Amino acid sequence: MIIIRIPTPLRPYVQGQKEIEIDAFSVGSALEYLLLQYPTIKPHLYDEGGSLRPYINLFVNEEDVRDLQNESTRLVEGDRLMILPSIAGGSGGGL
Amino acid sequence: MTIQISRRILQQIEDQGVHSYPEEGAGLILGTVSGEVRRANILILMENRHAPDGRRTRYRIDPKDMLSGEREAARLELDVIGIFHSHPDHPPRPSEFDTAWALPWFSYIITSILNGEALQSRSWRLSENRVQFDEEEIQVLEISS
Repeated sequence: MIIIRIPTPLRPYVQGQKEIEIDAFSVGSALEYLLLQYPTIKPHLYDEGGSLRPYINLFVNEEDVRDLQNESTRLVEGDRLMILPSIAGGSGGGL
Repeated sequence: MTIQISRRILQQIEDQGVHSYPEEGAGLILGTVSGEVRRANILILMENRHAPDGRRTRYRIDPKDMLSGEREAARLELDVIGIFHSHPDHPPRPSEFDTAWALPWFSYIITSILNGEALQSRSWRLSENRVQFDEEEIQVLEISS
């Protein structure tokens, strides 16, 4: 079993859960399970073309999946898949 | 919509903006949620990881720093309930860039820093349809923590 950790802004779409424990062999299959069980989360993770939104980051334990095999990254018992939003902004101007 | 915050924590938010000036400062707000009321318990100050020549008008929190923040929140049995950042010489209102990068649900506390002094802090939440920010009341608690 692996654990998917859900960031606070996305918890309303997974019935308020902070963590979801599932059986998954890869990052991609874990996300597929998430979309199947909680379909309203999909537009917040994926764009209309089916690509992961650029402000969504995925970590397996301490590693960014972009440094591994992206959604093909294998998962083993006890792994934690963290969904983390990118945080950015700014004034863009002056008084 | 209300976010409760002690005067000490609000001062820390403003101090971060002042110390970062003329660049934008930022951090995470950890706390609890009860219905429509949020309570800020502790802050995690963050490095502004935007490119150096853009930090006067932009901030970015690196995903690995966010990961550390989430782990600390879990350790403290709190949640990341919001983000704070400063606007050097700019009003404490969300910009178009803030809107593009914001997520519904988070509280966004923005502090205006004018000539190195904190002017005002206001809190905002992005609407579910991402069309606008709605202002959230900051309720300042006169407590020691």
